[in-house]
Amino acid sequence: MQKSLYIDASKCTGCLQCELACSFENYGMFNPSRSRIKVFNFEHAGRKVPYTCTQCADAWCMNACPVDAIRIDAVTGAKVVHEAVCVGCKVCTIACPFGTINYVAETGKVQKCDLCGGDPACATACPTGAITYVDADWTGFDRMRAWAGKTDTAPRASA
Amino acid sequence: MKHIIIGNGPAGVVAAETLRRLQPQAEIALIGDEAEPPYARMAIPYLLQGDIDEHGTHLRKTHDHFTTHGIHLIQGRVSCIDSVVKQIQFASGERLHYDKLLIATGSHPLRPAIPGIDLANVHTCWTLDDARAIAAKAQPGSRVVQLGAGFIGCIILEALASRGVKLTVVEMGDRMVPRMMTAKAGAMIKRWVESKGVAVHVNTAISAIEQDGDALCVKLGAGGTALQADLVICAAGVRPNVDFLAGSGVEIGQGIRVDRGMRTSVPDIYAAGDVTEAPGFHSGLPQLNAIQPNAADQGRIAAINMAGGNAELQGSLAINVLDTLGLISTSFGHWQGKGDGVELVDEANFRYLSLQFEDDVLIGATSIGWTDHVGALRGLIQTRTRLGAWKARLMADPTQFMAAYLGAAQKAA
Repeated sequence: MQKSLYIDASKCTGCLQCELACSFENYGMFNPSRSRIKVFNFEHAGRKVPYTCTQCADAWCMNACPVDAIRIDAVTGAKVVHEAVCVGCKVCTIACPFGTINYVAETGKVQKCDLCGGDPACATACPTGAITYVDADWTGFDRMRAWAGKTDTAPRASA
Repeated sequence: MKHIIIGNGPAGVVAAETLRRLQPQAEIALIGDEAEPPYARMAIPYLLQGDIDEHGTHLRKTHDHFTTHGIHLIQGRVSCIDSVVKQIQFASGERLHYDKLLIATGSHPLRPAIPGIDLANVHTCWTLDDARAIAAKAQPGSRVVQLGAGFIGCIILEALASRGVKLTVVEMGDRMVPRMMTAKAGAMIKRWVESKGVAVHVNTAISAIEQDGDALCVKLGAGGTALQADLVICAAGVRPNVDFLAGSGVEIGQGIRVDRGMRTSVPDIYAAGDVTEAPGFHSGLPQLNAIQPNAADQGRIAAINMAGGNAELQGSLAINVLDTLGLISTSFGHWQGKGDGVELVDEANFRYLSLQFEDDVLIGATSIGWTDHVGALRGLIQTRTRLGAWKARLMADPTQFMAAYLGAAQKAA
């Protein structure tokens, strides 16, 4: 059974522990600007919404990559950027309609959530259970993936 | 089932892999006319910069990828198609039968009709062979004149500048990347590259190129301003590779006309990628849209239908990203807009954002200096999301586009 990140925004307090954990896990620094998960603050609604890659089955970023730098991790199902292969062309960043793969000028490569190889630091760090790592069947992410993976590239918002 | 795919760029390779996944028993032949493994033209600038070697340009990295997937690579140039007996014919005269045929032959660079355009040190930058020749000639201090500052021109510009050449760019349009960037954005990019030491001439054309000893003399406009150059790079646009289809019955406008299922006008012949003139996302009318993600999408859709499935293109959407000497710009969809939009201009910091709406739906966007979450701009356009209250928020602060995407398209807030 593959697992995926499940985000319940109603439980998010905006503490940014996930962003700190993500940047530390991936870059060894507590720097939210380097985080691959991002908490959006909706002031008008008083809500905080963590958001990161949905690991689409037929991922736009992966399909658009001209040099095969984004590949599926057979164990976790994550779409993983292989930095040594990435040329930094950024085509994936405009192909992903979710806006969850981003260019990092410092490295000249792109970054995205890779599920930390199966032990996502954001989920471990989240103190309120807003981010959990659960069986994929349980999550709304499967629904997102279903429409994300449609080849007619006609995602309809359903989440 | 015998599938033949002519063209081994991204559209062809994605189609071949999709066919293999859907039809494990089918015969699949993938034909390319260069003596290289399938490679990405998009990676050539990074090869010129020295960031990668030639292997880094290959579309698939393991040497036996195509063999292990049962995809038969053929090197050859297809000279014509006989759709009555369902055969393709190579320039060598050899013929092959197909049940389903995909044309993914891409495009070729234009050489404008300028006296001297065929001189030895005038190159297009399109193939690995071109790249090898340019790498040998574009040495630190070399004087290079580049014809064209469109998308491909600007990508090459970055690679040339990184090699330490003295670069002059000549563009017929009134700004850089005129077919991808708004007037303000194109002017901002011009100012940026000039500040990095690249000379840019807009609103002018090269009228002639003459040999002058070892050098080239490049004449501009009617007045005849002359530039000395060691190398001229021609990046004046591309055209679909359709000449071999004469007499095939395949309907062609500027490119191959296809329906939303990537079917041509001839049964069992499909087309995908730069060679096509597919229905546009906003207009529904046939349009050329030679971009990588588009090619990959179309290759996959064609393959699904060749395998008996049913997939449809929603309409090809222009999406572009460009890095000109570190200044990153994007454009999406109908970026020119229809008069209802917002433009944020920060000349001092080289930041720019334009959002264009029709009613409360985003139809186009242009950005400079934004790299985080720009894909959401595509998401908003492609989902035709009604923004509701978010439109007013974006008109007041266009930088909130990702929040708008989450709020309106994902209903997250």
